[in-house]
Amino acid sequence: MADTYRIAIVGSGPAGMSAAAHAAKLGISHVLLEKTDHLSDTIFKYQKGKHVMATPSQLVLRSDVDFDAGKREKILGIWDEQTAAHKVNVRFNSEVKAITGQKGAFVLTLTDKTEIRAETIILAIGTQGNPNLLRAPGIETSGIHVQYQLDDPGEYVDEHITVVGSGDAGIENALGLAQDVAQGNIVTILNRGADFSRAKGANVKLLMQARDEGRINVMTDTSPNRLEAGHLVLDTRDGEARIRCDRVIARMGSAAPRKFIEECGIEFTSPDREAFPTLSPQFETTNAGIYVIGALAGYPLIKHCMNQGYDVVEFINGNTALKPADEPILEGKFVNLPVKKSVDEWLEFIRTNVQILNDLSPLQMREFMLDSEVRYYGKNDIIFEKNAPGSSLFCIAQGSVDIPLPDGRSTGIVIPEGSIFGEVGLVSGRRRGSTIRSIAETIVVEIPRNAILKLMASVPGVKRAVTRISTERQLLQMWQSGLQPADLAEVLETAEIKGVRAGEAIFREGEEGNDVYVIRSGSVVVEKSIGGKPVFLSYVPAGNYVGELELFDNGIRKQTVRAAVKSEVIKLGGEAFRRLLEAKPEFFARAKVAIGEREDLASFIEAKKDSFATVVDMYSSVANFLVDNGVGEATDVLLIDENLCVGCDNCEKACADSHEGISRLDREAGRTFAHLHVPTSCRHCEHPHCMADCPPTAIHRGQDGEVYIDDTCIGCGNCQRNCPYGVIRMEKEPPRKPSLWKWFLFGQGPGPGEPSHDWAYANATPGVEKAKRAVKCDMCSGIEGGPSCVRACPTGAAIRVAPEEFLTVARLQRDDA
Amino acid sequence: MASKSLRQATTGRERASEHEGFLRYQSYKWLKIALGISAVALLIYAFNDVQPKPNGGSIYGYTTGTIGVLLILWLTMLGVRKRAITPGRWSLKSWTSAHVYLGLSLIVIATLHTGFDFGWNVHTLAYALMMIVIASGVFGIATYAMLPQALSANRGETTQVQMLDNLRMIDRQLNEAAQPLDAEGAAIVRMALDDDPFGGGLIARLTGHYRKCGTRAALAAVRAHPGRKEAAADPYDHVEVLLERKRSSLSRIRKHLRLKALLEVWLYLHIPLTFALIAALFVHIVSVFYYW
Repeated sequence: MADTYRIAIVGSGPAGMSAAAHAAKLGISHVLLEKTDHLSDTIFKYQKGKHVMATPSQLVLRSDVDFDAGKREKILGIWDEQTAAHKVNVRFNSEVKAITGQKGAFVLTLTDKTEIRAETIILAIGTQGNPNLLRAPGIETSGIHVQYQLDDPGEYVDEHITVVGSGDAGIENALGLAQDVAQGNIVTILNRGADFSRAKGANVKLLMQARDEGRINVMTDTSPNRLEAGHLVLDTRDGEARIRCDRVIARMGSAAPRKFIEECGIEFTSPDREAFPTLSPQFETTNAGIYVIGALAGYPLIKHCMNQGYDVVEFINGNTALKPADEPILEGKFVNLPVKKSVDEWLEFIRTNVQILNDLSPLQMREFMLDSEVRYYGKNDIIFEKNAPGSSLFCIAQGSVDIPLPDGRSTGIVIPEGSIFGEVGLVSGRRRGSTIRSIAETIVVEIPRNAILKLMASVPGVKRAVTRISTERQLLQMWQSGLQPADLAEVLETAEIKGVRAGEAIFREGEEGNDVYVIRSGSVVVEKSIGGKPVFLSYVPAGNYVGELELFDNGIRKQTVRAAVKSEVIKLGGEAFRRLLEAKPEFFARAKVAIGEREDLASFIEAKKDSFATVVDMYSSVANFLVDNGVGEATDVLLIDENLCVGCDNCEKACADSHEGISRLDREAGRTFAHLHVPTSCRHCEHPHCMADCPPTAIHRGQDGEVYIDDTCIGCGNCQRNCPYGVIRMEKEPPRKPSLWKWFLFGQGPGPGEPSHDWAYANATPGVEKAKRAVKCDMCSGIEGGPSCVRACPTGAAIRVAPEEFLTVARLQRDDA
Repeated sequence: MASKSLRQATTGRERASEHEGFLRYQSYKWLKIALGISAVALLIYAFNDVQPKPNGGSIYGYTTGTIGVLLILWLTMLGVRKRAITPGRWSLKSWTSAHVYLGLSLIVIATLHTGFDFGWNVHTLAYALMMIVIASGVFGIATYAMLPQALSANRGETTQVQMLDNLRMIDRQLNEAAQPLDAEGAAIVRMALDDDPFGGGLIARLTGHYRKCGTRAALAAVRAHPGRKEAAADPYDHVEVLLERKRSSLSRIRKHLRLKALLEVWLYLHIPLTFALIAALFVHIVSVFYYW
């Protein structure tokens, strides 16, 4: 082919097709190269009958080809029709193997050795051809079929199918497979985290509905460990689980076909596997003349792709003043700021000033700014108050903020320009930990929790930056002792965040090693092997560190530390940590005291092992029972000593009578071991599972660590389903009871405790329908005297404990003394 | 462990990780107080020479009488404290502890108040009622001290509701299993199904012996049935298995109910007699002043 096209478009997905259609409309000579024999292979490969969504809904479509939400077949039909109508020059079965030359004279070599010449090239090849692969032992040997796409969910019958990945693709596949009950498939979907932050809201809603109807088994906090014949072994929050599995559909995202793109002379923003090419605001790559749009540019939504196709052709055609379709929305975000800049200037200003956003492409900036807000604060304005609800992250684009004391003086803690605050909200739905005040004219970007989670999931650089800042803050807050951020720099260089499965050892007795592990979330137990048996030494909750014992001797571990529940630890290099200790005498002194305590404890156990072997043994097994029953992730738990409990249920009655007539605990239910009973009652988990999926974010953690549900509860029942301990009830508030004296003297009303449903029904105010709401223990927050269940126990059987106080051998010592 | 946990530093909420029963509460604080009161009362009684003989009308008698009646009224208030879940730093455990030991000290205080002057009158009636109330209370303490472990061990991790559900499930299965049987066989199964397994009154409930137990009778009848073949399978086999399961399930529930009944039964004496005692005390006080 001797002709030189003005534009060669590689890939006929929504982006490429829209670009070609616009080129055709403008009468620009062009060619649309498609690898397969049909347009838009990614959409073509969607499962049959799939409903294609058109998000983000606030974005205006700007393309010569129509697109709206609808069935896959209908959309493909419209596209085929309209590309034909626009007389787009499509060349099917044309896979590009190499691109050479420079702007004005590119040569595209196809796999059939045809050479195509073009002045400019638009790469719109997407990332679907390069899926992230499942990495787990047993893929080849187990006989389980592992696949990375699903064409027709109707093909599979009576299979145990596990979908790995809970982005849109995974959820849609799972829904498709489970839709027709007659197919008899047993479908499980795994999600690595607790939230479905990567997926569209509508898909998550459908998935939850399917789960509630029992059609899909949804497992959160779960990832595959290995494949065995007919089974899949999973790492769950509570340890390993083994499920039947005939087929795995892995939908774990995809990455750019990097090798090919780099060979075209295009640079990437970073060496991460999931990084995207570096682009100018006009989509031009580092190799002038080659443009990248669509999923390959970091934007996987159809509407964005089609708009970009239109825009890039306009840019190539010389219309550099064209503003993207989302321009008016973004303009609206900046309109109230005292400084006037164009949208592009603003985006660049924010990107360069805010550390965590440095790695973003202009396109990604645009996308996440659509979800975020920019705010201006004058000097001494309060940005948020302590204990205010809110889970968004703030980035300081200009100015700085500090944490004031209640009387208005500063604590001296200043967060400088470029940094972030409010990152604790990312961990869970806790309230704001401190008040934040601006101390200069400040411009902040407020990013909602879901948007930043999505950004962290898709841009590794953001994740790294956020993690580093939050790790630094966590360490500073934990250790205090006058440490400054600069002191931690060396230790942070060695920091590495590791996830540990429930029951997995972080290090074992006898191993070599002197790294220190800070427990970021979850909790661990410390064990020592005595006479061949592991003896439970102590329980360590999040916010503490382990492994420092070995810093000052031969570096042989003296104890085994294992995770009690799924935990996250920060591993710090032993040498760096030692230097930090040596440089900071105050910090060193505190650490030394702790080391002394632990060594005393170990020698105490050692001394005890002969005379009190059975006592120590018994203690170990009781401690292990409690950890197995979720006490390990509790912050405050109700226990009942069955040697004292006479079964009067006064605890339940007291609970009901101090809270609108509904009891939040079930004394009789629950596990028992060695006369220690763990009733069905809230443990106020370190990382509450109930908070994970609360639509109105009505679940919070209060002042005393209690997890409570506020009045905005909509009664959806998600928290009840998410709670592994079954402590949340969905109940209507019963009508008010007559007073105790009326009951006592005249027999009016149902008496103390929770009234029966019959009584509540018979005495309800006619015509007023009360909604069911989630009810759970709030630790009698705000009631003087503390938890009613404990106060109302006549024999002293009911006690409330914090696990770290209860689960320590030190108690043995005291009991015997 | 290493550094002190952060979340402990929130507010000064008290935690009750230490635990001790109502009897040992604060190292037997109330036992010591009760013993002290009793000892003082005894000492004064011993060195107090009342003429012509010790009686309730002396200064000492009035003092012990007033202390006794106020104590009785206060001890009665435990019933209110238990049910009125008001805010505040009270603990029912400490109330129970005080109730037990101060209640026991009444034996000394009230007896000394009588001056060992007994007769067939309302005054001695009040004393007798009080002693029965105390005796029933002592029985209560004994059950509270001994039975909870047995209650817990017997139920394992099942709740009472689950036990009853299990029983209903076995009944449904028995009903199914009886379908292929003849009239005679059906009558045997009906013995187990129509029986009220918890009937038999208070005695049966407290002893755990149900003499007219339909399930046991049915089981005996099935085993003695002449139609049973040795080797071959017959429909009675299944019925027998189910009856055996029902029997063991019943024995567990009955034990559960027996223990719960023992933990409660004394209250049926303790509380009504307390009201009778208060009434008798009222009459005692009024008559003493009226006929003085």
